[in-house]
Amino acid sequence: MVLLETKSLTKYFGDTHAVDRVHFSVAHGELLALIGSNGAGKTSLVNLISGLLRPDSGTILFQGADVTTMPVHDRIRAGIARSFQLVTVFDQLDTLDNVALAIFCREGKTRRLLSLASSDHAVRNEAFEILREFGLEAKASQPAGGLSQGERKLLDIALAYALRPKLLFLDEPTSGVSTREKAPIMNIVTSIVRSGKISAVIVEHDMDVVFRYSDRIVVMHEGAILADGTPDEIRRNEQVTTTLLGTSPSQ
Amino acid sequence: MNPIPALPKRALLSAIPIAVILFFLPLLIAPYQVTLLAYGLIFAIAALGFNLLLGYTGLLSFGHSAYFGMGAYAVAFIVKYFNITSMEVFLLGGILASGAIAALFGFLCVRYTRIYFGILTLALSQVLWSLAFKFYWVTGGTDGLRVPTPSLLGVANPEREEKMIFLAHRYYYYVLVIFLVAASAMWVIVHSPFGKALQAIRDNETRAEFVGVQVWRYRWIAFLVSGIYAGLAGTLWVPLNGLTTPDILHWTFSGKIVFFTVLGGFQTFMGPIIGGVVYNYLETYAVGHTVYWQMVLGVVLVLLVLVLPAGIAGTAGRLLLRLRRAT
Repeated sequence: MVLLETKSLTKYFGDTHAVDRVHFSVAHGELLALIGSNGAGKTSLVNLISGLLRPDSGTILFQGADVTTMPVHDRIRAGIARSFQLVTVFDQLDTLDNVALAIFCREGKTRRLLSLASSDHAVRNEAFEILREFGLEAKASQPAGGLSQGERKLLDIALAYALRPKLLFLDEPTSGVSTREKAPIMNIVTSIVRSGKISAVIVEHDMDVVFRYSDRIVVMHEGAILADGTPDEIRRNEQVTTTLLGTSPSQ
Repeated sequence: MNPIPALPKRALLSAIPIAVILFFLPLLIAPYQVTLLAYGLIFAIAALGFNLLLGYTGLLSFGHSAYFGMGAYAVAFIVKYFNITSMEVFLLGGILASGAIAALFGFLCVRYTRIYFGILTLALSQVLWSLAFKFYWVTGGTDGLRVPTPSLLGVANPEREEKMIFLAHRYYYYVLVIFLVAASAMWVIVHSPFGKALQAIRDNETRAEFVGVQVWRYRWIAFLVSGIYAGLAGTLWVPLNGLTTPDILHWTFSGKIVFFTVLGGFQTFMGPIIGGVVYNYLETYAVGHTVYWQMVLGVVLVLLVLVLPAGIAGTAGRLLLRLRRAT
């Protein structure tokens, strides 16, 4: 069953066709990897769907509703959340406050000026549970700016997860972290996708991660979709291997 | 782990001794010193409002004289055109006028950040200054408008009471109560979910938007609250000063509000309060001792930026932390 669908989605930056008439879809409960060389249009596509960029043409349908011109906060309310390629957390807030803020936003409580954030036990308990799920509970009272790169990546994903999305975009969730930290991050991503029955799209360059964890792979090249299939189908696709890796499938 | 920190308890424990000192101080010091303290508390209210934008939202305004001045001129107009001298009416008028201007200017400014925001706030405040300067038949021009001693809570000032005694006693306590209420309200605001959203905007605007914070709207509300605090300060300031002139709308006064906040430290809640009070003493004594008082303040500002970038409160906090770790 289709959760998200784009139809002829297009974005030009001058003469560069960042996203060129892309038909892309995500099904309920799947973990999809979006791959391609640098400049292929992966992040631009995520930016268009999440609302960071406005498309030049085309439509984005989420659960059948047109969200093409919807503001970011309405897309989040509809169930689309994302993390960023460069880790973006709120450095001067405590780790717990980072997650609590996402919950306050989800619950529409950030309009409250005259009540203490720390006195909302339900929100703080939920935030603490999410940190526990992500293995960050020991860092709850530390400023997020003091976390390691791997922990910041996890917190970035936890922020998006705390919004209770139906579709989660993770832009290079394992980039810039040590090999040792990659598996825990991806295990958590897989776990929340499977247990929370949400869909996730990961933009990733690490092919080990892509082929190990994803249900389906979409390959982009020069703004267009080059191939779409299961990891096995993509591994055997000669066009993909020669374009992306410069090798033949046998190699 | 108990996820509920004892924030309010800790804050109350440090606020109560300060409130007690401020309450009993007028019994121990000369009336003139008490009026200086009243000025300091008023500047502290303006700086608290200003710091909601600088310290908590990451926006440096160079136009807060506009809202401080609107509060002051609103009082002067109430006296001039309605012949009312009730302090409560002054407060209502001052808050409404400064709030209206802050709402309008904020709507225009919050779409911008960094230098563009600063310049736009400065330019808009200069528009108000030029209006006050040129429309002398309304504003009194450079002569300004006089404001008499107000009645407090419906009780008029007895004519036989000397003005200095009134200002150093009844008016001081009036200012003190409003200061305590305003500071408590600001403390709650910065620790509220709204305050956390502002801090998120300060730390990373794009990420804040992608957890669902409506960045422009929240900045605008912060701007409005900040302007109202500055307006409240202007409203309290004008009966103390007895006169309002266009100087109070000039951008150089906005610079003073920035100075209060940087002096005290914009990264702490107490910083702007300390900065407002200390700056007032610093300027008063510098003016009283040398004709080169601006140079004294300039040197202080340079030293502050070079040696104490965290301001008085920030530096004191760091020293205390080091002491605690050492013992």
